[in-house]
Amino acid sequence: MIYRECGVFKANYRADMAIFPIPLDRWGVIIILFIAFVVVPFSASDYWLSSILIPFLVFSLAALGLNFLTGYAGQLSIGHAAFMAVGAYISLILYGRYEVPLLLSLLGGGLVTAAVGAVFGIPSLRIKGFYLAVSTLAAQFIIQWVLTHWEWISGGVFGTVDTPPMQVFGWPIDTPVKKYYLVLSVVVPLTIFGKNIVRGQLGRAWMAIRDMDVAAEIIGISLFWNKLLAFTVSSFYAGVAGGLITFTYYGAANIEAFNIMVSFHLLGMIIIGGMGSVLGSFFGGGFITLLPIFINQFAHAFGTVLKTDLLACLELILFGGLIIFFLIVEPYGLARLWRTGKDKLRLWPFPY
Amino acid sequence: MIFAIEVAIGGLLVGVMYSLVALGFVLIYKSSGVFNFAQGDMTLLAALALVGFLTIFPLWLAILAALVLMIALAIAIEAIVLRPLVARPPLALFMATIGLGFFLQGIGQGIWGTDPKGLDIGISDIPFKIKGLLISQFDLAGGALAGGLVFALVWFFQKSRTGRALRAVSDDHEAALSVGIPLRRAWAISWAIAGLVALVAGIMWGSRLGVQFSLSLIALKALPILILGGIDSIPGAIIAGLVVGASENLAEVFLGPYVGGGIQTFFPYLLALVVLWFKPYGMFGREIIERV
Repeated sequence: MIYRECGVFKANYRADMAIFPIPLDRWGVIIILFIAFVVVPFSASDYWLSSILIPFLVFSLAALGLNFLTGYAGQLSIGHAAFMAVGAYISLILYGRYEVPLLLSLLGGGLVTAAVGAVFGIPSLRIKGFYLAVSTLAAQFIIQWVLTHWEWISGGVFGTVDTPPMQVFGWPIDTPVKKYYLVLSVVVPLTIFGKNIVRGQLGRAWMAIRDMDVAAEIIGISLFWNKLLAFTVSSFYAGVAGGLITFTYYGAANIEAFNIMVSFHLLGMIIIGGMGSVLGSFFGGGFITLLPIFINQFAHAFGTVLKTDLLACLELILFGGLIIFFLIVEPYGLARLWRTGKDKLRLWPFPY
Repeated sequence: MIFAIEVAIGGLLVGVMYSLVALGFVLIYKSSGVFNFAQGDMTLLAALALVGFLTIFPLWLAILAALVLMIALAIAIEAIVLRPLVARPPLALFMATIGLGFFLQGIGQGIWGTDPKGLDIGISDIPFKIKGLLISQFDLAGGALAGGLVFALVWFFQKSRTGRALRAVSDDHEAALSVGIPLRRAWAISWAIAGLVALVAGIMWGSRLGVQFSLSLIALKALPILILGGIDSIPGAIIAGLVVGASENLAEVFLGPYVGGGIQTFFPYLLALVVLWFKPYGMFGREIIERV
């Protein structure tokens, strides 16, 4: 009753190919965007904006990138945070040292990361499965080393690259609200672009490769281009996300902010959120970003102020437990739960 | 030249210690078809438990208690994590073990604390000289232990009845079930053996580096060895361990100064990538022939 799919008459190809064919979905998206762009900035506190919503959006973007590679193309990557680091350093250097406009330097960071990602994607042409998963770890260690040892980038082992004051088209980006708008105006177009990638030819080729690469090759899908493109697009998203989070959240590029734990967190996001789902990347991003805060609140509510290291352990236990839980109970993650919910709502108040 | 040989031997002995961890991965893969990313965290857990038990028991009893704990853990993992995931894609199992790793790490540190602890099992770390070469006594003991373990395990897998059943399980879960191999028991056994290897690795690495969080990162050193040797080959793990140990030490000492040092962290991965480009299933791994 509440979620109605009936009464949609597709009279032309345009309507048939629409990104949200059901009017209710269309309205839903418009309302969510309205809330994100208008309601949230005026109602949320600075704390919420700068330490919850901004990381949530940026990590969701990075998770979306990983989802292209792992969820859609089926190539497991456990070194994805390194690509974020490349984007972070390059965009900061472009903006700070060469005074490229902010949005262009984010784009530049993304493009350089995409090129790096393509290079690390080359092994996927010959190596498969577990061997590939482990060799993606190579990206993590090699990139970490290069970023800290190449002095043009880092200014030495202990160097960090600070963010200069930001401005876009002459407007200074200094308050949390403005940073939030910056993040949102990068994340939303990239998400729509990503949604279109995965429902287009490229996305379908990826899914065919994921399901069985030998069969995909036989029906004429070029493994070479599609696997490399999966790595390229995925690292582009990671690079932009890395640049964004450095500009708006960390303030300085630091290799430790992109260590291997972050790679696992990204993987956890897409497992919990939903492999092979754009929406799932956001669910997962939100879930993992909120988890530590939630645990903290929970501990406070019980009146026991836990020690920080015990809290960290609790977080690890919950994070690991949830990954196992979702893999066993709901392998398609929160996105599938959302779908099930929608199916229920189709009949809900008056099931026959 | 003497120095180069010393560096190489030091590397070889450290390499054997790495193989000890890589061996845990190989065992579980060989006997259940699961790539167990939690091996490093099992090593940490075993070492933490051992240190914990040492405060109340003498050494031999503490080792026994830790072993019992690892076996109990293996049975629990089989019942809670693996059984619901039978016949699911291997990558799903792999990701489940990543989750398991975090879980064990949290449990271990939650119970026994996050502060670094010393572990002394009575082997001194004083190097001694053979024909002018300095060799660490501790590394030598570790190498001997690892060698003995490898021989025992190779015998177990090749000759014993249980070992052969385990190999059948790793080939195909469902086919093994259909010829009457008890899958649940086979999995529990293979995880228990991996727990034993984790305990040995935990003892050796723990007394060398101290028992703390970074012990679980040893697994990251073992992974390139694993793919270099082939993930289902016990001799592969040992030989690749020796290759990686010696070459990373030599590279660090002789190549490192030219590029700024610290290349030990990624050199094994680079080596593994290069080898895998020519042999995609590692040096000794079984090649998988795919059909549509």
